[in-house]
Amino acid sequence: MDQTPPILHGPSDKEKKYDRQLRLWAAEGQQALEDAHILLVNSGCGTVGVETLKNLVLPGIGHFTIADSATVNEADLGVNFFLDEDCLGKSRAECCVKLLLELNPDNDDIRKLLGSEKQYTLVIYSLPIDPADLALVKKYGEEHKVPLLSVHSAGFYSYFRLHLPGNFPIVDTHPESTSTTDLRLLKPWPELSKFADDLTNDIENLSAHEHGHVPYIALLLHYLRKWKESHGEYPSTYKDKKAFAAFVAAGARTDSPEGGEENYDEAVAAVLKTISTPTLPGALEEVFDYKPDEIEAGTTFWIIADAVKQFYMKHNELPLPGSVPDMKAQSTVYVKLQNLYKAKARQDVAEVDEMVRTHSKGREIDAVEVETFCKNAAFIKLIRASSTPMDLQKLSNSEFENEQFALSPSLLPIYLALDATSHTPYASSSDIIATIDKTIPEASSNTRIVQAAEEVARAKGGELQNISALTGGMVSQEVIKIITKQYIPINNTCIFDGIASRTQVLCL
Amino acid sequence: MSQPITVAPPTSSSRWTYLDQIRKVPGPFSEDHDNSEDALARLETMSVLVIGAGGLGCEILKDLALSGFKKIHVIDMDTIDVSNLNRQFLFRQADVGKSKAEVAARFVEKRVKGVSITPHNCKIQDKDEDFYMQFTAVVCGLDSIEARRWINATLVGMVDYPDNPESLKPLIDGGTEGFKGQSRVVIPTMTSCIECQLDMHAPRAAVPLCTLATIPRQPEHCIEWAHIMAWEQEKPFPKLDNDDPEHITWLYKKALARARDFNITGVTYSLTQGVVKNIIPAIASTNAIIAASCCNEAFKIATNSNPGLGLEDNYMMYSGNEGIYTYTFKHEQKDDCPVCGTIARNMEIDPNWTLQELIESMAARPEAQLKKPSISSGSKTLFFQSPESLMLKTRPNLEKRIGELLENGEEIAVSDPSLGSVDFKFRLRFSKPYAPAPKHGVTE
Repeated sequence: MDQTPPILHGPSDKEKKYDRQLRLWAAEGQQALEDAHILLVNSGCGTVGVETLKNLVLPGIGHFTIADSATVNEADLGVNFFLDEDCLGKSRAECCVKLLLELNPDNDDIRKLLGSEKQYTLVIYSLPIDPADLALVKKYGEEHKVPLLSVHSAGFYSYFRLHLPGNFPIVDTHPESTSTTDLRLLKPWPELSKFADDLTNDIENLSAHEHGHVPYIALLLHYLRKWKESHGEYPSTYKDKKAFAAFVAAGARTDSPEGGEENYDEAVAAVLKTISTPTLPGALEEVFDYKPDEIEAGTTFWIIADAVKQFYMKHNELPLPGSVPDMKAQSTVYVKLQNLYKAKARQDVAEVDEMVRTHSKGREIDAVEVETFCKNAAFIKLIRASSTPMDLQKLSNSEFENEQFALSPSLLPIYLALDATSHTPYASSSDIIATIDKTIPEASSNTRIVQAAEEVARAKGGELQNISALTGGMVSQEVIKIITKQYIPINNTCIFDGIASRTQVLCL
Repeated sequence: MSQPITVAPPTSSSRWTYLDQIRKVPGPFSEDHDNSEDALARLETMSVLVIGAGGLGCEILKDLALSGFKKIHVIDMDTIDVSNLNRQFLFRQADVGKSKAEVAARFVEKRVKGVSITPHNCKIQDKDEDFYMQFTAVVCGLDSIEARRWINATLVGMVDYPDNPESLKPLIDGGTEGFKGQSRVVIPTMTSCIECQLDMHAPRAAVPLCTLATIPRQPEHCIEWAHIMAWEQEKPFPKLDNDDPEHITWLYKKALARARDFNITGVTYSLTQGVVKNIIPAIASTNAIIAASCCNEAFKIATNSNPGLGLEDNYMMYSGNEGIYTYTFKHEQKDDCPVCGTIARNMEIDPNWTLQELIESMAARPEAQLKKPSISSGSKTLFFQSPESLMLKTRPNLEKRIGELLENGEEIAVSDPSLGSVDFKFRLRFSKPYAPAPKHGVTE
């Protein structure tokens, strides 16, 4: 096989500095971060937003801007690490920008930061916020189709909420490596069947060494064929699969010095996981069923999605991902097996690619994007834009009804109590309850809502460093996921309880 | 190393407005809330130890200082590397090569007026019980399981309860990997300890040596071959230094050549470095989450401002890969925990193994994970790693079979440098009958 030798050079300075994160989101993700410009509209106690920015400046976000009308007072110094005594009386925005920029000289162009003609990639705003400012932020988000993230931290509680301007599809979702194995053992293509037959048709007479090195894929295909000959069909129920595993295990030789064979052990262990007909994952079904509007339909994601859907309709299976887990085998045999899977995967990609090219805009699409889509097809995720806000009354009914069956109580009361102070930090618990009562009439008789209101009132709008640092960490993870279009962001509200040390994600 | 205790300069009381609000006013969930002057002053006089001044440690120091703790010690033996700068925010390019503990301590002291941070640029094993006895709680931000086990065993061993309640020191531990992490609170001897939870962090299965030597299939196999075999054979430099790019380049080229011989793709410099140094991806965001969770628990324990993790729920798992998911639960203490339990743990073993094989298996067993174990049984010393005289004397036992040395159901004591002064006790359960092999002239 041909293999271009990589150039022998060590990592660049940038690769050295960002090594630990490049292992997560690679050069493409890093580029997206460096191209991004985040706006923080800061108000209130003002720590959670700055803690969020710290976690974005460090990995090298391109630009950030802070809008904050506050001047630094004594109390700020007790909760915000990015202020010092010299900042007292000065603009909180400017001081935080200065001390955040110290963290990473890779984003040091102050003129760019303070420029006004900016298109922001994403806007974070902290609560409580002046309603007029909030209206401006929302208008900006709507007009420019920019994701908005609101965050509220007070005392031991916090929540943050993501508002996406439209549907958000993700191809590179980084599924757990253990969940991605797709070997097609029940529907082997001719080349794979032949490969397995060649290795196993004389299995009884193989030497001890050869017998102990037949890769488990070939073993399973061999025993599946034999099973079908005697049973008329492949094992499908759990009970059948257990019996089939025993049937495979019985084929192992026991006269080896170890008293068994590793490749047979691997085969037995793989039975339940790999002997099943792949079904269409729910998240992908949602993508297939969705009718993109005219603008969406002309975007890369939906053009490829449509081609993959056609492929699926035609073959009743998805394009093959093409990776093979490690297994006991001779090097040459394993590499041959890998190439078989890769060749089939490439063939599937070519077929999808051909369908993509038939679309009027398909020719502009990079072949690599088609390949990545096919490889990840089973794990594609679409986060739908929230069109109408959730009926809180309905949600609270279902949350509190289900509570008796849930392992831990709903965190909705925390959201309700914080939300009631969205524009005013100094509210008493009775004020908070009265506000909640407007949407949820029985609020004042709900102990958990009353307690949450009391705990929020206790903080008097003050943030705790720990809760804001923790929340800022979670918000920055979400920002990174949205900007890099990797991993899966929340949909759409995350509530944190710093007393029980728990989170809950709700779609509001 | 240590410095005279400095009296905190008076700061305007309005600085801690937000913190005081929470500390002086009980909430609906507060238990044993005490807002007397004495109780409020306690936070300022207690001493807290932070272990590790890396990704988690930098965050922990910031969080504790802004939570009102005034006396903090930090211990770390490492120096600052350029690859730390993407998340260890107390360090700058100009600090590369300096002590992490010292730079971190100075930075936070300068930024947060009135806090005293004492750095210790050494290993945790260099300190004795008297040192650890001075702290009220220990917060760990470590990347090694070994160091966690050592401090855990030490803190459990120090407990003299109820005679000396001060000897009971909560251990709050955080760990991260990529977008995931966990934080946990251990009340030594009273709740599940790090050792009870060891099997939740099982080591990666090692690739058999014969795979590396004869049938490599993955790029990692080629790198491990270069790392373990080619290096030993050719010794291109006197001692392998994982941080020396020249050494990594040598391994990379070796691995690449081997991969080409076997038609294996995927060997890169980055992967070589990752495998050799066992690199775990790390980002600022996750460190911020886990460190703050640990400090939130430390703050609640120190102030009683709200109930926290400890006697009931004691473990929070966090994952940000797919949305956000946390699982907070009570990990139960194990009666047969070698560190905090009271009974010997059963260990199933094939009596036909040699003692050598048993010793090697200790590293991989999820419940043991001991790399340099010494073993004795009731009366007999079976194998000791050190001192050398004892090692030489007991070495012949390594070739003997277990069934020859020990009885089914017999108890063995295992010690290991990673455990400090604590011994593991295992009760052997033979998985099959012992079949003495024909003698090959081995004298007993």
